[in-house]
Amino acid sequence: MSVKTKRIIYKTVLTISVIFVLLWCIFPFYWAVVSSLKPNSELFDPNPTLWPKSPTFSNYVKVFQERPFHVNIWNSVVVSGITTIVTLIFGSFAGYAIARLHMKGKSFVMILILAVSMFPQISILGSLFVILRNMRLINTYLGLILPYVAITLPLTTWILQNFFRDLPKEIEEAAAIDGCSRTRTLFQIVFPMSAPGLVATGLLTFISAWNEFLFAFTFMQKPDYYTVPVAIAMFSGRTQYEQPWGQLMAAAVIVTVPLVVLVLIFQNRIIAGLSAGGVKG
Amino acid sequence: MKAKTRETLVAWGMVIPALLVISIIAFLPLFQTFYNSFFETGLRPDIEKEFVGFGNYVELFKDDRFQDALKNTIFFTVVSVILETIFGLLIAILVNQPFKMRGVVRAAMLIPWAIPTAISSQMWKWMFDPSSGILTKFLETLNIVEPGVPILAMPNSAMWAIIAVDVWKTTPFMALLILAGLQLIPEELYEAARIDGANIWQRFSKITLPMVQSTIGVALIFRTLDALRVFDVVFIMTRGSVNTETLAVYNRVLLMDRAFSGAWFGYGSALSVVIFMLISVFAVIYIRSLRIKLE
Repeated sequence: MSVKTKRIIYKTVLTISVIFVLLWCIFPFYWAVVSSLKPNSELFDPNPTLWPKSPTFSNYVKVFQERPFHVNIWNSVVVSGITTIVTLIFGSFAGYAIARLHMKGKSFVMILILAVSMFPQISILGSLFVILRNMRLINTYLGLILPYVAITLPLTTWILQNFFRDLPKEIEEAAAIDGCSRTRTLFQIVFPMSAPGLVATGLLTFISAWNEFLFAFTFMQKPDYYTVPVAIAMFSGRTQYEQPWGQLMAAAVIVTVPLVVLVLIFQNRIIAGLSAGGVKG
Repeated sequence: MKAKTRETLVAWGMVIPALLVISIIAFLPLFQTFYNSFFETGLRPDIEKEFVGFGNYVELFKDDRFQDALKNTIFFTVVSVILETIFGLLIAILVNQPFKMRGVVRAAMLIPWAIPTAISSQMWKWMFDPSSGILTKFLETLNIVEPGVPILAMPNSAMWAIIAVDVWKTTPFMALLILAGLQLIPEELYEAARIDGANIWQRFSKITLPMVQSTIGVALIFRTLDALRVFDVVFIMTRGSVNTETLAVYNRVLLMDRAFSGAWFGYGSALSVVIFMLISVFAVIYIRSLRIKLE
């Protein structure tokens, strides 16, 4: 085989594979968008077309008219938002102490925190339900925020700990020599310098809280308190056999688009953060 | 007070909020789950609590539904993790090649990961719809499934459909993790091998594979412990029917559905402990592989 033929084969295989991977990643999302724009007559056509012939936004209107989807979005925003803020505060304190301060048993503390990220949620589900029920926190925002802080803290602390460790130590030392207290150094130098890391980590925390299903499904038992994933999983029509797929896909698109946009904007930071937490160590 | 002692106090003060939250929300319930697994008890106040020792565990291993759930979980884990690793490695190598729009492809790979599992499960459920699902049509055209057979309601195909969703969601992510490892391999190694006349397979098996081995290993363990606790996709696609019930799905039935009507809470807790033990094995390997030395 000549070098030229080899080159052509390589190019062809490469192009086909790339197209396949792109289709693979995007098609389900594309199909949700297309389905959400189809009127019911087209949606349930036994021979579906790859794009809507007469696109309509009626599914997007109905999803807010026929069900409290705006309430579900608000629930998710509140729960994920507060979780992110609290986790970032607790996580950056713990991460900084582990990365920089003199403390015996650091590795033990870090392993203890990391171990929680590996807990199967189902193993604490029953007992946690009883604890929250005794604290009267079932069907409250706090009853979901507390568990979310606990399950997102490990990865946040770990990533931030790695991040603080990589900051140049000299700046903090110079601040100390100039008589700047530890706390002031932390708030006026370390945290502002870590802003990009905090934003990326915060986004990861937000996404995991926004996506969580099992706890939300168990601790929020009234439809008015459902978060987005639960509302979408529990989506139903008038009868069991009449699933309103058009509306469902519209709902899916509404809550996925902002997420996808955020992820695309922060893609490099997310990948860096995830590989720090997932593989590199 | 000595400066060092003060610093230690500050440090502990800073980790305490985090430790407090995980103690109350994770360690305390875990301890209670272990404790409750030795009792016959329910969630209704009038159900009497009775100590049964290891009785729940003995019952559990005789329980056919538990055995099926265990088999399904292991099948799901083994198949999905193997597929994700192989495809993940292939895609990682692919997007490590120089080509136009490489950035776009890498970005697109984050989309399946970013969509909440509950939502992507519904998207796929729609694609598998027996009468108008696009994937159903596609598989029918390829003669892989017979027309009119509902994929998600058949014991043979439902689990594969669930695996497809998991593979779709996780493979690109796995690929990005492996890609991070691939990018650390110096290009000179490949050039030297090429000059020595090594072919593609030799370069792959003698350079690429050994160099990303540890990355793959760690990703593999992490995916395994994640797959063993699978809940969302199974629950949403089939509710655990037609031989797809996994341990976590069965466990929720015991803890939340049955525990209010009978003394099933202790039994459910025993299953929770079994799942915890199963996953701990992989968690310990995973944490050790991170080699945490912070002192």
